[in-house]
Amino acid sequence: MSTLAMTRATLAKDLRMEWRSKDSINSMLFFALLVVVIFSFAFNPNAEESRQIAGGLIWVAFLFAAVVALNQTWARELRNQVLDAYRVSPAPANALFLAKAIGNFVFVTILEALMAPLFIIFYNLRSVGPAWQLLVVAVLGTWALVVNGTFFAALSIRTRSREIMLPLILFPISIPALLAMVDSTTSILTGDASPDFWIKMLLVYDVVFTAVCLLLFESVLNAE
Amino acid sequence: MKLVSKLFIALTVAALAFAAYQGLFVAPTERTMGEVQRIFYYHVPSAWTAFLLFFANFLASVVYLIWRNQKADAVAAATAEVGVVFCTVVLVTGPIWARPVWGIWWTWDARLTTTLVLWLIYVSYLVLRRYSVGTQTSVLAAALAIFGFVDVPIVYMTIRWFRTQHPSPVIGGGEGSGLDPSMYPPLLWNWLGFSMLAIILVYARYRLQRMEEAVEEQHAQAALQGGTP
Repeated sequence: MSTLAMTRATLAKDLRMEWRSKDSINSMLFFALLVVVIFSFAFNPNAEESRQIAGGLIWVAFLFAAVVALNQTWARELRNQVLDAYRVSPAPANALFLAKAIGNFVFVTILEALMAPLFIIFYNLRSVGPAWQLLVVAVLGTWALVVNGTFFAALSIRTRSREIMLPLILFPISIPALLAMVDSTTSILTGDASPDFWIKMLLVYDVVFTAVCLLLFESVLNAE
Repeated sequence: MKLVSKLFIALTVAALAFAAYQGLFVAPTERTMGEVQRIFYYHVPSAWTAFLLFFANFLASVVYLIWRNQKADAVAAATAEVGVVFCTVVLVTGPIWARPVWGIWWTWDARLTTTLVLWLIYVSYLVLRRYSVGTQTSVLAAALAIFGFVDVPIVYMTIRWFRTQHPSPVIGGGEGSGLDPSMYPPLLWNWLGFSMLAIILVYARYRLQRMEEAVEEQHAQAALQGGTP
């Protein structure tokens, strides 16, 4: 089977399983909701302040919630030694990685689509700059989080303290991406500055780290 | 071999002592900053040494991933650990110097922030090494090392842009351009001393890592034969 067909088959399987169980999407949604509510208690901002801080709050909430889903990426494949079976099969390793990363991208995008209206209501948000650019930032930013997150989840699944390991290795590497997401969102919401540089930065980050992930994933999958 | 390492340790002690003398007594007192500026001779050489060690860690990780050489992995482990120590020295001496000179302990300037993120990345590398089990540690750690190395220039670019957008109260760093020529010898002597110290520490840590591997190997062999070592 070609890489494309393999990717599609694995992705379809993952989406179907998630659709039937709704394990990670439910826990992720509830977790993000809790973060939104706790943040609005903690900061209690007025409309002008909330425009200034919303970029940071939104992305930190999504980052934390994404970790919940990312942690479950590979856990499912450990049962019944699916991952070992995959290793001995001739299927390309990168097809598996891409399917998992796209699957996580879909989950986190659904989360964002459902949580964004809540943010707007709770924080009285109204964008001063062109709001459509937020979509570009969301797509690039989400990919930046999930591509590295999926890869690092494959690393952390091999360690002794699985769940706690993922944020410990994902957050330091994600600092520039997070900074770009937060600053571009804030510049769009406040309309103070152009987000162009940050969007280009995110694009560079996405391209570079997608390449590194695809380059290294086979070694990590086959690590004994 | 034994004699060579003893000689090297003696030379390092001599170089460090001479460098300390150079930095504390020979180097001129800085006009505006005064005596506190002498921390520069510890701060900057530590930073250079840390960056060199992280670069060595990256090279060793690449070598490991290509040739699966266990020695390269031991080098990677040793350089990362010693690099984090030197990076910690940089992050501790920096604020001590900044407080009397800039009036603040910390500013989110490009170089400071990049060094902090670098430190965070390599601490996470050490945590991953510590918590992964068995022989796969080497592969996982090498992969993370490459991610970390690729990340550093991106971090530097984003922070620089971040700061040019929001000018900070402090323009420019402490040393910056135009170092007095008489300050170079103490600086370079200290760097030499620190690099030699780093080589000794890395070598000791490397030997330790190899010994640990040998012990583990023996345990595994003994377990295979059904006895206790």
